[in-house]
Amino acid sequence: MNKDKQIILKAENLVKYYYEPVKFQALKSISFKVYEGEFLSVVGKSGCGKTTMMYILSTMDTDYEGELFISGEKVTGKKSDYLADIRNKHIGFVFQFHYLLPEFTCLKNVMIPALKLNKYSYEEVEQRAYEKLELLGIKEQAHKQASKISGGQQQRVAIARALINDPKIIMCDEPTGNLDSKNTNIVIDIFRKLATDYGQTIIAVTHDKDFSDKSTRTMEMKDGEILSHGW
Amino acid sequence: MKFNVNTDIALTHLLTRKKQTVIASMGVTVGIGIFIFMISLVVGFNKDSDESIFKSVPHLRIYQEDEICQPLIPKEETSLLPIIINPKISNLSNTLINPDKIISDLKSQKDVVNVTRQISVNIFYNNGKSQINGIASGVDIIEANNMFDIKSTMLAGDIKDLQSNPNGIILGVGIADKLNIRVNDYISIISSIGVGKVLKVVGIFKTSNSSIDDTKSYINLAVAQQLLKQSSSYVTDIYVNITNPDNAPAYSEKFSALTGYKAEDWQSANESTMAKKQTRKVMFGSISFAILLVAAFGIYNIINMTINEKMNDIAILKATGFSGKDVMNIFIKETLIIGITGTIFGLLVATVLIHFLSKVYIGGDVGYFPIDFEKNVYISGAIIGMFITLAAGFIPARNAAKVDPIEIFKR
Ligand SMILES: Nc1ncnc2c1ncn2[C@@H]1O[C@H](COP(=O)(O)OP(=O)(O)O)[C@@H](O)[C@H]1O
Ligand SMILES: [Mg+2]
Repeated sequence: MNKDKQIILKAENLVKYYYEPVKFQALKSISFKVYEGEFLSVVGKSGCGKTTMMYILSTMDTDYEGELFISGEKVTGKKSDYLADIRNKHIGFVFQFHYLLPEFTCLKNVMIPALKLNKYSYEEVEQRAYEKLELLGIKEQAHKQASKISGGQQQRVAIARALINDPKIIMCDEPTGNLDSKNTNIVIDIFRKLATDYGQTIIAVTHDKDFSDKSTRTMEMKDGEILSHGW
Repeated sequence: MKFNVNTDIALTHLLTRKKQTVIASMGVTVGIGIFIFMISLVVGFNKDSDESIFKSVPHLRIYQEDEICQPLIPKEETSLLPIIINPKISNLSNTLINPDKIISDLKSQKDVVNVTRQISVNIFYNNGKSQINGIASGVDIIEANNMFDIKSTMLAGDIKDLQSNPNGIILGVGIADKLNIRVNDYISIISSIGVGKVLKVVGIFKTSNSSIDDTKSYINLAVAQQLLKQSSSYVTDIYVNITNPDNAPAYSEKFSALTGYKAEDWQSANESTMAKKQTRKVMFGSISFAILLVAAFGIYNIINMTINEKMNDIAILKATGFSGKDVMNIFIKETLIIGITGTIFGLLVATVLIHFLSKVYIGGDVGYFPIDFEKNVYISGAIIGMFITLAAGFIPARNAAKVDPIEIFKR
């Protein structure tokens, strides 16, 4: 499926070592491709290297061997300010644990990457942020301080923030870990819609069987290697 | 609130931690306030001391420097013994030749405000058996008054009476008291070369310097010439005042070349006073600088603390596309805001302190406390304040720029 589409992300022989507390190879020559408009889920036992891989894919971790291409451009070896710009424009990221800037409102949290992008006026950004919050069913929380809402709500605000700049790729590390089944389903539906209707690409690490079943492809990892690409 | 996003974040950080923000700016406030206050104090003191100097000392004094007689063959050119043993001062007189031309030349110079001639005579003041030695200044009293504002120091009598009375004298109050002399009394004086004269006291003055009051008197030029047995063209000194006394050293050489005589600036003539001024400057300067350093340390600490507490924020910002430069920009802005508010309040505090101190009456020669608002002190205080805050914030901000988000997320 999707083979006629453009490759949006390509990893070639990614190798990652950790040196603390002892030298440990977390990724053992990982290579794979992701096509535009895919909703890819990544599964695997805890500790198999999913988060490690996501940090590399997100361009935040630059300390690895191998090569990473995003939209055909090699990002490996690029300067950190340039990578920050790529993240701002093209990548939305939902973290596993750390979510929001606590002293800002939920609305502002969603707005900040868009204000940084500086493509739309302040009012437009605000309007778009409301729409994203509404999409995730937390519009009522918009003006609450981010530290004063529940974990599940925070996670949804974080997803809204990942969507604000209409990124080509949305990367998530267990985005529904804190959500009940109803809200999990909402998030799954949103991701499917983004992929099919808007051609955005989703790469999501998950433990949720429901979630991976509803994705278009499921990649399985084990001990720092890819067990199956899910084709 | 529609600020640039970095400013927005900086402001939110500051406003959600009001207490630390206020403490940090208060550090700057105290530092800058005390700095400006102290420096104003020094400037005030120095101005006061300059003013009292200029009551009796001109900005530049032109006179004939004594010359020691030299051998005809310069010493370096011969290996023989020096030809002149026990050399003496060789100039026959210390008069300035053609003083009128010198004066008109000087008056035509740019920046010259006042020029007047003067003859200093060492004399004894006598009344009955008591005798005091001192110096009589032969002056054109109107010109001298223009330069030294003698009028403002007069206790009794009028300076005009010296002009109208060729054999008049205006005495320092110390002399008058010791010799028990009042205005309209007569006083007998005798010069160092033994010429005596009886003069009528037409006035008594009191400066803020008692050593002047105890020795100095003003007489007419002609009387001074008579006391020294000299002709009416005899003049020992020409006094010059210029627009800015601080520039006097620059004119010293120029006027020497112009007149052919030594032109001594008041700074070199009053080295000990200058040394005191310098000491005050260094002393107060270092104290206030130390206070500023403490304030800077406070800022450094608080910005550092903020950054440590905001590691998560920094990581999230970087993950969502803020560059190291943006992060640095955010924290520099926080420092700037602290610095600006602190400095503004510092200027206010200094103003209040100076205002109150300038109302304190000391009495004596000083009168009100010599402190005043100096524009330049305020400007330099504000600049130094901003500079120090920025320097203190720069290091932690640069560290924040280097934070690796992965390390934070993996914690
Ligand atoms: N910062 C780190 N330092 C050392 N070892 C790490 C670090 N982060 C992860 N690891 C190790 O790398 C392996 C993969 O971790 P991770 O990518 O977090 O797995 P997953 O997300 O699949 O649970 C684990 O064995 C983990 O202990
Ligand atoms: Mg993980």
